[in-house]
Amino acid sequence: MVQDLPYLRETASQTAGPYVHIGLAPGAAGFHTFETELGQALAPAGVAGPRVTIEGCVYDGLGAPVKDILIEVWQADPQGIYPHPEDPRFAQCTAGFRGWGRVISDFDSGQFCFETLRPGAVAGRAGRMQAPHLNLWLVSRGINIGLNTRMYFPEDQDAHATDPVLASIEQRARAATLIAVATGPDSYRFDIHLQGAAETVFIDI
Amino acid sequence: MKPAEFYMRDRSLQPPALHPGYKTSLPRSPRHALLTLQQTVSEITGPTFGHGDIDALDNDLTLNFAHGGLPVGERILLSGRVLDENNRPVPNTLVEIWQANASGRYRHKKDAYLGALDPNFGGCGRTLTDAEGRYVFRTIKPGPYPWLNYVNSWRPAHIHVSVFGTSFSQRLITQLYFEGDPLIPKCPIVQTIPDPDAIQQLIAALDLNSAVPMDCLAYKFDIVLRGRRSTLFENRLEGN
Repeated sequence: MVQDLPYLRETASQTAGPYVHIGLAPGAAGFHTFETELGQALAPAGVAGPRVTIEGCVYDGLGAPVKDILIEVWQADPQGIYPHPEDPRFAQCTAGFRGWGRVISDFDSGQFCFETLRPGAVAGRAGRMQAPHLNLWLVSRGINIGLNTRMYFPEDQDAHATDPVLASIEQRARAATLIAVATGPDSYRFDIHLQGAAETVFIDI
Repeated sequence: MKPAEFYMRDRSLQPPALHPGYKTSLPRSPRHALLTLQQTVSEITGPTFGHGDIDALDNDLTLNFAHGGLPVGERILLSGRVLDENNRPVPNTLVEIWQANASGRYRHKKDAYLGALDPNFGGCGRTLTDAEGRYVFRTIKPGPYPWLNYVNSWRPAHIHVSVFGTSFSQRLITQLYFEGDPLIPKCPIVQTIPDPDAIQQLIAALDLNSAVPMDCLAYKFDIVLRGRRSTLFENRLEGN
């Protein structure tokens, strides 16, 4: 017999269910427990840097809005620094910026909207730069394990051409599913399709 | 320590996006393969939390929504550790839970089940793990409840659990079940998990040694997040 390996096994995921708001955004569920709900503002008032507004909707395979989606955003600051001790430039990260927030859709329309700082480009593997992007994680009823994707900004076309993640998408036409549409100055729309002809590229991170 | 990747997720232990027995997964599951990505700083970092983010009662669901009384139901302590696949504790990480009350009713504007709301029970809690990865909640054992999947589908008693770890790639939401619940093997959501041992890993064990006599029972539930590579040898993440 071969020897046993010493590893534990990762706990299995289960759907966040329709009532995810109770735990992660109780105000939206309709009650108040915590002094401060976490993740409500990606860029709280007073945090310095260029701001962008992003609206969108998550659609299911039938084209219907997913009205109970919860999206977590993780991003670098405008200089491309993650507020995490393993970012080599952590000490220079924008003061007061956590880089993380929670976005929920409107229960009636399914639309979401949030404001944040525009992220800078961040270093990738082997010194290749990654175009500015938001890292997104989607959970809801019917999603058995959280779905990861990225949102890029439309004006960064040159950086997209050399972005290693965008470049790794074999079906070239699908790369566009990760790029937001400009709707005005510093305003963007980013729709996510869970399934169908316009299915968003989801990433096994 | 130089930055290092996390182990590849073992998808054979994880539910697939599409599982026909859980009907809502049909329209909400991607059909294309996930894009394979070698981790970068975007994936090996993640949000950090501190004691300034939470308050003392946040992990006591028997008190954090009390309106002049105590909630109805079986009082339990829920404790365990957050570990990684290398069997190392994950300290100072945020653990959040939410659940139905003893009647199986959620305090949510969209839940209309006839089980009664409890004026003293909200159903959410949060805490940070200590230096050894330990966490504890005091709460009420939730009740089972019906849901429209098949005409007579019932969820086993469960508590939803959200854990961060140290990186966005470790982010996990799951559900814990209770030892001895006959509804567990009948639940379409439980059955989305393809590996029988992985299902067992979601069942909290009755832990009489941790019970408080004349006060509350106790269940133990450990959570395992993805482990991380050693940096002893070559690691190209930084481009060396």
